[in-house]
Amino acid sequence: MRAGLAALLALCFFIPRVCAQEGSQEIQRYRQMVAEGSPAELFELEGEALWKKRQGPKQVSLDKCDLGLGPGVVKGAYARLPRYFKDADRVMDLETRLLHCMTTLQGRTREVAAARVFGSADNPSEFEYLSAYVAAQSLGAHISPGMAHPKEKEAYEFGHTLYFRRAGPWDFACTSCHGEEGKRIRMQDLPALAQPKYAGPAIATWPAYRVSTSQFITLQWRINDCYRQMRMPEPDFGSAATVALIHFLTVTGKGEVYRGPGNKR
Amino acid sequence: MKRRVLPLALLVLPAFAGAGDPDVQKLMQRDFHARGQATMQRIAQDGLQRICTESRDRPPADVAKALEADQMKTIAFPAGSLIGDWKRGEQIAQNGRGLQWTDKPGEPAGGSCYNCHRLSPAEFSYGTIGPSLLGFGKLRGNGPEIQRYVYGKIYNAKAYNLCSQMPRLGYSGTLTPEQIRDLVGLLLDPASPVNQ
Repeated sequence: MRAGLAALLALCFFIPRVCAQEGSQEIQRYRQMVAEGSPAELFELEGEALWKKRQGPKQVSLDKCDLGLGPGVVKGAYARLPRYFKDADRVMDLETRLLHCMTTLQGRTREVAAARVFGSADNPSEFEYLSAYVAAQSLGAHISPGMAHPKEKEAYEFGHTLYFRRAGPWDFACTSCHGEEGKRIRMQDLPALAQPKYAGPAIATWPAYRVSTSQFITLQWRINDCYRQMRMPEPDFGSAATVALIHFLTVTGKGEVYRGPGNKR
Repeated sequence: MKRRVLPLALLVLPAFAGAGDPDVQKLMQRDFHARGQATMQRIAQDGLQRICTESRDRPPADVAKALEADQMKTIAFPAGSLIGDWKRGEQIAQNGRGLQWTDKPGEPAGGSCYNCHRLSPAEFSYGTIGPSLLGFGKLRGNGPEIQRYVYGKIYNAKAYNLCSQMPRLGYSGTLTPEQIRDLVGLLLDPASPVNQ
Protein backbone atom coordinates (compact mmCIF):
# COMPACT_ATOMS: atom_id res chain seq x y z
CA MET A 1 0.00 0.00 0.00
CA ARG A 2 2.85 2.33 0.84
CA ALA A 3 4.50 1.60 -2.49
CA GLY A 4 1.36 2.64 -4.34
CA LEU A 5 1.19 5.91 -2.47
CA ALA A 6 4.90 6.50 -2.96
CA ALA A 7 4.50 5.99 -6.71
CA LEU A 8 1.60 8.41 -6.71
CA LEU A 9 3.51 11.01 -4.75
CA ALA A 10 6.48 10.61 -7.10
CA LEU A 11 4.12 11.17 -10.03
CA CYS A 12 2.72 14.25 -8.33
CA PHE A 13 6.20 15.57 -7.84
CA PHE A 14 7.00 15.38 -11.53
CA ILE A 15 3.62 16.28 -12.98
CA PRO A 16 1.95 18.58 -10.43
CA ARG A 17 -1.01 19.37 -12.66
CA VAL A 18 -2.01 15.73 -12.97
CA CYS A 19 -1.75 15.43 -9.23
CA ALA A 20 -3.93 18.43 -8.56
CA GLN A 21 -6.76 16.79 -10.48
CA GLU A 22 -6.66 13.00 -10.42
CA GLY A 23 -4.00 12.65 -7.75
CA SER A 24 -5.90 14.36 -4.99
CA GLN A 25 -8.88 12.11 -5.66
CA GLU A 26 -6.58 9.10 -5.48
CA ILE A 27 -5.06 10.24 -2.22
CA GLN A 28 -8.49 10.90 -0.82
CA ARG A 29 -9.61 7.43 -1.82
CA TYR A 30 -6.50 5.95 -0.26
CA ARG A 31 -6.98 7.84 3.01
CA GLN A 32 -10.61 6.88 3.15
CA MET A 33 -9.79 3.22 2.69
CA VAL A 34 -7.03 3.25 5.26
CA ALA A 35 -9.37 4.94 7.71
CA GLU A 36 -12.09 2.39 7.11
CA GLY A 37 -9.90 -0.71 7.20
CA SER A 38 -8.59 -3.04 4.48
CA PRO A 39 -9.61 -1.95 0.97
CA ALA A 40 -10.72 -5.50 0.22
CA GLU A 41 -13.26 -5.25 3.04
CA LEU A 42 -15.07 -2.46 1.23
CA PHE A 43 -15.47 -4.75 -1.74
CA GLU A 44 -16.67 -7.57 0.49
CA LEU A 45 -19.39 -5.38 1.97
CA GLU A 46 -20.47 -4.08 -1.42
CA GLY A 47 -20.43 -7.66 -2.71
CA GLU A 48 -22.65 -8.86 0.11
CA ALA A 49 -25.18 -6.14 -0.72
CA LEU A 50 -25.08 -7.18 -4.38
CA TRP A 51 -25.52 -10.84 -3.46
CA LYS A 52 -28.73 -9.94 -1.66
CA LYS A 53 -29.99 -7.47 -4.25
CA ARG A 54 -33.00 -8.48 -6.38
CA GLN A 55 -31.99 -8.22 -10.01
CA GLY A 56 -32.91 -9.33 -13.52
CA PRO A 57 -36.29 -10.13 -15.12
CA LYS A 58 -37.11 -12.52 -12.27
CA GLN A 59 -36.23 -9.90 -9.64
CA VAL A 60 -34.53 -12.35 -7.33
CA SER A 61 -31.27 -12.15 -5.41
CA LEU A 62 -28.39 -14.61 -5.60
CA ASP A 63 -29.41 -15.92 -2.17
CA LYS A 64 -30.26 -19.33 -3.63
CA CYS A 65 -27.17 -19.56 -5.85
CA ASP A 66 -25.56 -22.98 -5.41
CA LEU A 67 -21.79 -22.51 -5.28
CA GLY A 68 -21.30 -26.22 -4.79
CA LEU A 69 -22.26 -26.75 -1.15
CA GLY A 70 -26.00 -26.29 -1.69
CA PRO A 71 -28.29 -23.37 -2.55
CA GLY A 72 -27.26 -20.24 -0.68
CA VAL A 73 -24.31 -21.78 1.16
CA VAL A 74 -21.47 -19.28 0.86
CA LYS A 75 -19.32 -20.21 3.84
CA GLY A 76 -16.39 -22.35 2.72
CA ALA A 77 -17.69 -22.57 -0.87
CA TYR A 78 -14.88 -20.64 -2.55
CA ALA A 79 -12.21 -22.96 -1.11
CA ARG A 80 -13.90 -25.90 -2.89
CA LEU A 81 -13.77 -24.31 -6.34
CA PRO A 82 -13.26 -24.89 -9.21
CA ARG A 83 -15.40 -28.02 -9.32
CA TYR A 84 -17.79 -29.94 -11.54
CA PHE A 85 -21.44 -28.83 -11.46
CA LYS A 86 -23.95 -31.38 -12.59
CA ASP A 87 -26.62 -28.81 -13.53
CA ALA A 88 -24.25 -27.18 -16.02
CA ASP A 89 -22.34 -30.38 -16.83
CA ARG A 90 -19.01 -28.60 -16.66
CA VAL A 91 -16.25 -27.46 -14.33
CA MET A 92 -16.73 -23.91 -13.06
CA ASP A 93 -14.69 -21.42 -11.13
CA LEU A 94 -16.30 -18.78 -8.93
CA GLU A 95 -16.88 -16.18 -11.62
CA THR A 96 -18.24 -18.69 -14.11
CA ARG A 97 -20.61 -20.01 -11.45
CA LEU A 98 -21.75 -16.49 -10.54
CA LEU A 99 -22.55 -15.85 -14.20
CA HIS A 100 -24.45 -19.15 -14.28
CA CYS A 101 -26.57 -18.08 -11.30
CA MET A 102 -27.23 -14.68 -12.84
CA THR A 103 -28.58 -16.27 -16.01
CA THR A 104 -30.49 -19.18 -14.44
CA LEU A 105 -31.79 -17.70 -11.17
CA GLN A 106 -32.15 -14.07 -12.11
CA GLY A 107 -33.08 -14.71 -15.72
CA ARG A 108 -30.56 -12.27 -17.11
CA THR A 109 -29.15 -13.00 -20.55
CA ARG A 110 -25.51 -13.91 -20.74
CA GLU A 111 -24.87 -10.83 -22.88
CA VAL A 112 -26.34 -8.50 -20.28
CA ALA A 113 -24.83 -10.23 -17.24
CA ALA A 114 -21.35 -10.45 -18.77
CA ALA A 115 -21.39 -7.08 -20.54
CA ARG A 116 -18.80 -5.68 -18.16
CA VAL A 117 -16.86 -8.38 -16.36
CA PHE A 118 -13.71 -6.39 -15.55
CA GLY A 119 -14.20 -3.01 -13.94
CA SER A 120 -12.06 0.03 -13.35
CA ALA A 121 -10.86 1.84 -10.24
CA ASP A 122 -13.77 4.23 -10.47
CA ASN A 123 -16.33 1.67 -11.45
CA PRO A 124 -15.66 -1.90 -10.30
CA SER A 125 -17.63 -4.74 -11.87
CA GLU A 126 -20.31 -6.86 -10.25
CA PHE A 127 -18.01 -9.89 -10.51
CA GLU A 128 -15.28 -8.11 -8.61
CA TYR A 129 -17.59 -7.14 -5.74
CA LEU A 130 -19.22 -10.57 -5.61
CA SER A 131 -15.88 -12.39 -5.79
CA ALA A 132 -14.61 -10.38 -2.83
CA TYR A 133 -17.68 -11.27 -0.78
CA VAL A 134 -17.80 -14.96 -1.61
CA ALA A 135 -14.04 -15.52 -1.30
CA ALA A 136 -13.92 -13.81 2.10
CA GLN A 137 -16.39 -16.41 3.45
CA SER A 138 -13.69 -19.07 2.97
CA LEU A 139 -11.14 -17.39 5.20
CA GLY A 140 -9.33 -20.14 7.11
CA ALA A 141 -10.65 -23.00 4.96
CA HIS A 142 -8.31 -25.50 3.31
CA ILE A 143 -8.25 -25.13 -0.43
CA SER A 144 -9.62 -28.32 -1.95
CA PRO A 145 -10.90 -28.04 -5.52
CA GLY A 146 -12.80 -30.88 -7.16
CA MET A 147 -10.47 -33.60 -8.41
CA ALA A 148 -12.53 -36.77 -8.67
CA HIS A 149 -14.97 -36.24 -11.55
CA PRO A 150 -13.67 -37.11 -15.05
CA LYS A 151 -14.41 -33.57 -16.21
CA GLU A 152 -12.37 -32.20 -13.32
CA LYS A 153 -9.45 -34.39 -14.37
CA GLU A 154 -9.96 -33.25 -17.94
CA ALA A 155 -9.89 -29.58 -16.86
CA TYR A 156 -6.68 -30.15 -14.92
CA GLU A 157 -5.02 -31.75 -17.95
CA PHE A 158 -6.18 -28.96 -20.26
CA GLY A 159 -4.90 -26.31 -17.84
CA HIS A 160 -1.60 -28.14 -17.47
CA THR A 161 -1.23 -28.27 -21.25
CA LEU A 162 -2.04 -24.57 -21.66
CA TYR A 163 0.41 -23.62 -18.92
CA PHE A 164 3.33 -25.04 -20.90
CA ARG A 165 2.12 -24.31 -24.43
CA ARG A 166 4.23 -21.80 -26.35
CA ALA A 167 2.55 -19.79 -29.11
CA GLY A 168 2.01 -16.33 -30.51
CA PRO A 169 4.42 -13.85 -32.09
CA TRP A 170 6.58 -13.81 -28.95
CA ASP A 171 6.58 -17.62 -28.45
CA PHE A 172 5.28 -17.25 -24.90
CA ALA A 173 3.79 -19.81 -22.55
CA CYS A 174 2.81 -19.19 -18.91
CA THR A 175 6.25 -20.65 -18.16
CA SER A 176 7.98 -17.81 -20.01
CA CYS A 177 7.46 -15.74 -16.86
CA HIS A 178 6.28 -18.32 -14.32
CA GLY A 179 8.63 -21.15 -15.22
CA GLU A 180 11.67 -20.77 -13.02
CA GLU A 181 12.17 -19.88 -9.38
CA GLY A 182 13.62 -16.57 -8.26
CA LYS A 183 13.02 -14.60 -11.45
CA ARG A 184 11.34 -11.24 -11.87
CA ILE A 185 9.93 -8.92 -14.57
CA ARG A 186 11.23 -5.44 -13.80
CA MET A 187 10.80 -5.37 -9.98
CA GLN A 188 7.95 -7.87 -9.85
CA ASP A 189 8.77 -11.27 -8.35
CA LEU A 190 7.37 -14.15 -10.39
CA PRO A 191 6.06 -17.27 -8.67
CA ALA A 192 6.86 -20.54 -10.49
CA LEU A 193 3.22 -21.59 -10.35
CA ALA A 194 3.59 -25.18 -11.52
CA GLN A 195 5.22 -25.89 -8.14
CA PRO A 196 2.96 -26.34 -5.09
CA LYS A 197 5.14 -24.16 -2.86
CA TYR A 198 4.47 -21.19 -5.15
CA ALA A 199 0.95 -22.03 -6.32
CA GLY A 200 -0.29 -22.45 -2.73
CA PRO A 201 0.44 -18.94 -1.45
CA ALA A 202 -0.73 -17.43 -4.76
CA ILE A 203 -4.05 -19.23 -4.80
CA ALA A 204 -4.56 -18.53 -1.07
CA THR A 205 -4.50 -14.75 -1.65
CA TRP A 206 -6.60 -14.38 -4.83
CA PRO A 207 -8.81 -12.52 -5.62
CA ALA A 208 -7.08 -9.41 -4.32
CA TYR A 209 -7.03 -5.66 -4.01
CA ARG A 210 -4.33 -4.17 -6.21
CA VAL A 211 -2.85 -1.09 -4.61
CA SER A 212 -1.04 0.26 -7.67
CA THR A 213 -4.27 0.51 -9.69
CA SER A 214 -6.83 0.85 -6.85
CA GLN A 215 -8.69 -2.11 -8.33
CA PHE A 216 -10.07 -5.35 -7.00
CA ILE A 217 -8.77 -8.05 -9.32
CA THR A 218 -10.07 -11.56 -9.87
CA LEU A 219 -8.49 -14.73 -11.21
CA GLN A 220 -10.40 -14.43 -14.49
CA TRP A 221 -8.87 -10.98 -14.86
CA ARG A 222 -5.40 -12.32 -14.05
CA ILE A 223 -5.59 -15.04 -16.71
CA ASN A 224 -6.98 -12.51 -19.21
CA ASP A 225 -4.19 -10.01 -18.58
CA CYS A 226 -1.51 -12.70 -18.82
CA TYR A 227 -2.75 -13.66 -22.30
CA ARG A 228 -2.75 -9.98 -23.28
CA GLN A 229 0.89 -9.71 -22.27
CA MET A 230 1.66 -13.01 -23.98
CA ARG A 231 0.53 -11.26 -27.20
CA MET A 232 -2.20 -13.83 -27.65
CA PRO A 233 -5.88 -13.37 -28.59
CA GLU A 234 -8.28 -12.78 -25.72
CA PRO A 235 -9.71 -15.76 -23.81
CA ASP A 236 -13.49 -15.73 -23.42
CA PHE A 237 -14.65 -14.90 -19.90
CA GLY A 238 -15.54 -18.10 -18.07
CA SER A 239 -14.41 -20.28 -20.98
CA ALA A 240 -13.21 -23.84 -20.42
CA ALA A 241 -9.65 -22.65 -21.11
CA THR A 242 -9.67 -20.00 -18.37
CA VAL A 243 -11.36 -22.32 -15.87
CA ALA A 244 -8.88 -25.08 -16.77
CA LEU A 245 -5.89 -22.85 -16.03
CA ILE A 246 -7.42 -21.68 -12.74
CA HIS A 247 -8.20 -25.31 -11.88
CA PHE A 248 -4.65 -26.41 -12.68
CA LEU A 249 -3.19 -23.67 -10.47
CA THR A 250 -5.66 -24.37 -7.66
CA VAL A 251 -5.05 -28.13 -7.70
CA THR A 252 -1.29 -27.46 -7.71
CA GLY A 253 -1.67 -25.22 -4.66
CA LYS A 254 -4.28 -27.33 -2.85
CA GLY A 255 -4.10 -27.83 0.89
CA GLU A 256 -3.11 -24.26 1.55
CA VAL A 257 -5.28 -22.36 4.02
CA TYR A 258 -7.26 -19.62 2.30
CA ARG A 259 -6.21 -16.26 3.71
CA GLY A 260 -9.01 -14.14 2.31
CA PRO A 261 -8.87 -11.57 -0.44
CA GLY A 262 -5.32 -10.27 -0.30
CA ASN A 263 -3.48 -7.12 -1.20
CA LYS A 264 -1.20 -7.00 -4.22
CA ARG A 265 1.35 -4.50 -5.40
CA MET B 1 25.14 -29.81 -45.56
CA LYS B 2 21.75 -28.14 -46.00
CA ARG B 3 20.48 -31.30 -47.66
CA ARG B 4 21.50 -33.43 -44.72
CA VAL B 5 20.16 -31.10 -42.08
CA LEU B 6 16.63 -30.69 -43.35
CA PRO B 7 15.58 -34.35 -43.69
CA LEU B 8 17.01 -34.99 -40.25
CA ALA B 9 14.72 -32.36 -38.73
CA LEU B 10 11.76 -33.78 -40.64
CA LEU B 11 12.55 -37.27 -39.41
CA VAL B 12 12.68 -36.23 -35.79
CA LEU B 13 9.61 -33.98 -35.93
CA PRO B 14 7.00 -36.76 -35.93
CA ALA B 15 8.50 -38.10 -32.72
CA PHE B 16 7.28 -34.91 -31.03
CA ALA B 17 4.02 -34.65 -32.88
CA GLY B 18 1.89 -36.25 -30.20
CA ALA B 19 -1.85 -36.33 -30.86
CA GLY B 20 -2.19 -33.51 -28.34
CA ASP B 21 -1.88 -30.29 -30.15
CA PRO B 22 -4.44 -30.30 -32.95
CA ASP B 23 -6.98 -31.01 -30.21
CA VAL B 24 -5.66 -28.25 -27.97
CA GLN B 25 -5.68 -25.84 -30.88
CA LYS B 26 -9.31 -26.68 -31.60
CA LEU B 27 -10.23 -26.01 -27.96
CA MET B 28 -8.39 -22.71 -28.02
CA GLN B 29 -10.14 -21.73 -31.26
CA ARG B 30 -13.39 -22.33 -29.38
CA ASP B 31 -12.36 -20.49 -26.17
CA PHE B 32 -10.52 -17.43 -27.49
CA HIS B 33 -11.49 -14.54 -29.74
CA ALA B 34 -9.54 -12.01 -31.81
CA ARG B 35 -9.16 -8.59 -30.26
CA GLY B 36 -7.41 -5.60 -31.79
CA GLN B 37 -4.26 -6.73 -33.53
CA ALA B 38 -4.21 -10.02 -31.62
CA THR B 39 -5.66 -12.27 -34.30
CA MET B 40 -6.72 -15.89 -33.98
CA GLN B 41 -3.85 -16.93 -36.26
CA ARG B 42 -1.66 -16.54 -33.18
CA ILE B 43 -3.22 -19.66 -31.64
CA ALA B 44 -1.47 -22.04 -34.05
CA GLN B 45 2.05 -23.16 -33.19
CA ASP B 46 4.95 -23.15 -35.62
CA GLY B 47 7.34 -26.11 -35.63
CA LEU B 48 9.73 -24.48 -33.20
CA GLN B 49 7.05 -23.62 -30.68
CA ARG B 50 5.74 -27.14 -30.96
CA ILE B 51 9.10 -28.79 -30.33
CA CYS B 52 9.94 -26.44 -27.45
CA THR B 53 6.53 -27.09 -25.87
CA GLU B 54 6.73 -30.86 -26.25
CA SER B 55 10.33 -31.10 -25.03
CA ARG B 56 9.75 -28.59 -22.20
CA ASP B 57 12.41 -26.38 -23.80
CA ARG B 58 14.96 -29.18 -23.88
CA PRO B 59 15.03 -30.32 -27.51
CA PRO B 60 17.42 -33.10 -28.54
CA ALA B 61 20.76 -31.60 -29.61
CA ASP B 62 20.50 -32.66 -33.26
CA VAL B 63 16.99 -31.24 -33.64
CA ALA B 64 18.05 -28.00 -31.97
CA LYS B 65 21.05 -27.66 -34.26
CA ALA B 66 19.02 -28.23 -37.41
CA LEU B 67 16.21 -25.88 -36.45
CA GLU B 68 18.59 -23.18 -35.22
CA ALA B 69 20.20 -23.26 -38.66
CA ASP B 70 16.74 -22.75 -40.19
CA GLN B 71 16.10 -19.79 -37.90
CA MET B 72 19.50 -18.31 -38.80
CA LYS B 73 18.36 -18.13 -42.43
CA THR B 74 15.55 -15.73 -41.41
CA ILE B 75 18.02 -13.04 -40.39
CA ALA B 76 18.85 -10.39 -42.99
CA PHE B 77 21.92 -8.51 -41.80
CA PRO B 78 22.07 -4.88 -43.03
CA ALA B 79 25.30 -3.85 -44.74
CA GLY B 80 27.83 -1.65 -42.93
CA SER B 81 28.05 -0.83 -39.24
CA LEU B 82 25.24 -2.29 -37.16
CA ILE B 83 25.73 0.21 -34.36
CA GLY B 84 22.84 2.68 -34.27
CA ASP B 85 21.90 5.43 -31.85
CA TRP B 86 22.20 4.21 -28.25
CA LYS B 87 19.95 7.02 -26.97
CA ARG B 88 17.09 5.80 -29.13
CA GLY B 89 18.11 2.28 -28.16
CA GLU B 90 17.62 3.11 -24.47
CA GLN B 91 14.06 4.28 -25.20
CA ILE B 92 13.31 1.14 -27.19
CA ALA B 93 14.71 -0.98 -24.34
CA GLN B 94 12.46 0.81 -21.83
CA ASN B 95 9.32 0.48 -23.95
CA GLY B 96 7.26 -2.64 -23.20
CA ARG B 97 4.47 -2.05 -25.68
CA GLY B 98 3.81 -3.76 -28.98
CA LEU B 99 1.61 -6.51 -30.46
CA GLN B 100 -0.80 -6.65 -27.51
CA TRP B 101 -4.53 -6.21 -28.11
CA THR B 102 -4.30 -2.95 -26.14
CA ASP B 103 -1.52 -1.55 -28.36
CA LYS B 104 -2.35 0.63 -31.32
CA PRO B 105 -1.52 -1.18 -34.56
CA GLY B 106 1.13 0.61 -36.57
CA GLU B 107 2.56 2.45 -33.59
CA PRO B 108 6.29 1.72 -33.07
CA ALA B 109 6.78 -1.11 -30.58
CA GLY B 110 9.41 -1.41 -27.89
CA GLY B 111 11.77 -4.27 -27.15
CA SER B 112 10.69 -4.84 -23.51
CA CYS B 113 14.41 -5.33 -22.80
CA TYR B 114 14.36 -4.09 -19.19
CA ASN B 115 11.55 -6.52 -18.39
CA CYS B 116 14.17 -9.27 -18.39
CA HIS B 117 17.67 -7.73 -18.56
CA ARG B 118 19.79 -5.30 -16.65
CA LEU B 119 21.30 -2.73 -19.04
CA SER B 120 22.06 0.88 -18.04
CA PRO B 121 23.30 1.07 -14.42
CA ALA B 122 20.95 4.01 -13.70
CA GLU B 123 17.86 1.85 -14.26
CA PHE B 124 17.16 -0.12 -11.09
CA SER B 125 13.87 -1.53 -12.26
CA TYR B 126 15.12 -4.42 -14.37
CA GLY B 127 14.07 -8.04 -14.67
CA THR B 128 16.16 -11.16 -14.23
CA ILE B 129 14.72 -13.70 -16.69
CA GLY B 130 17.60 -12.91 -19.02
CA PRO B 131 21.25 -12.34 -18.06
CA SER B 132 22.56 -8.94 -16.97
CA LEU B 133 23.95 -7.04 -19.94
CA LEU B 134 25.65 -4.37 -17.86
CA GLY B 135 29.10 -3.67 -19.37
CA PHE B 136 28.28 -5.90 -22.37
CA GLY B 137 30.36 -3.99 -24.93
CA LYS B 138 33.08 -3.09 -22.48
CA LEU B 139 33.80 -6.78 -22.01
CA ARG B 140 33.48 -7.81 -25.65
CA GLY B 141 34.54 -4.82 -27.75
CA ASN B 142 32.45 -3.62 -30.69
CA GLY B 143 33.99 -5.23 -33.77
CA PRO B 144 32.01 -6.55 -36.76
CA GLU B 145 31.69 -10.05 -35.33
CA ILE B 146 30.09 -9.04 -32.03
CA GLN B 147 27.90 -6.49 -33.88
CA ARG B 148 26.64 -9.31 -36.05
CA TYR B 149 26.02 -11.56 -33.06
CA VAL B 150 24.05 -8.92 -31.13
CA TYR B 151 22.01 -7.89 -34.18
CA GLY B 152 21.21 -11.51 -34.99
CA LYS B 153 20.38 -12.41 -31.41
CA ILE B 154 17.87 -9.56 -31.15
CA TYR B 155 16.44 -10.24 -34.62
CA ASN B 156 15.92 -13.94 -33.93
CA ALA B 157 17.11 -15.26 -30.57
CA LYS B 158 16.03 -18.78 -31.54
CA ALA B 159 18.79 -18.98 -34.14
CA TYR B 160 21.26 -19.16 -31.25
CA ASN B 161 19.26 -21.04 -28.64
CA LEU B 162 16.22 -22.82 -30.04
CA CYS B 163 13.98 -22.65 -26.98
CA SER B 164 15.21 -19.36 -25.55
CA GLN B 165 12.53 -17.39 -23.70
CA MET B 166 13.54 -14.28 -25.65
CA PRO B 167 11.09 -13.23 -28.38
CA ARG B 168 12.20 -13.19 -32.01
CA LEU B 169 11.93 -9.41 -32.11
CA GLY B 170 12.89 -8.86 -35.74
CA TYR B 171 11.42 -12.06 -37.17
CA SER B 172 8.06 -11.39 -35.49
CA GLY B 173 7.90 -7.89 -36.96
CA THR B 174 8.00 -6.31 -33.50
CA LEU B 175 11.11 -4.20 -34.13
CA THR B 176 12.40 -2.72 -37.39
CA PRO B 177 16.01 -3.26 -38.54
CA GLU B 178 16.68 0.38 -37.63
CA GLN B 179 15.39 -0.15 -34.08
CA ILE B 180 17.53 -3.26 -33.72
CA ARG B 181 20.59 -1.27 -34.84
CA ASP B 182 19.78 1.26 -32.09
CA LEU B 183 19.67 -1.57 -29.55
CA VAL B 184 23.02 -2.86 -30.83
CA GLY B 185 24.28 0.69 -30.20
CA LEU B 186 22.95 0.58 -26.65
CA LEU B 187 24.90 -2.62 -26.02
CA LEU B 188 28.10 -1.91 -27.96
CA ASP B 189 28.68 1.84 -28.31
CA PRO B 190 31.52 2.81 -25.93
CA ALA B 191 29.54 6.00 -25.11
CA SER B 192 26.42 4.01 -24.09
CA PRO B 193 25.64 4.03 -20.35
CA VAL B 194 25.68 0.22 -20.54
CA ASN B 195 29.46 0.42 -21.03
CA GLN B 196 30.34 3.06 -18.44
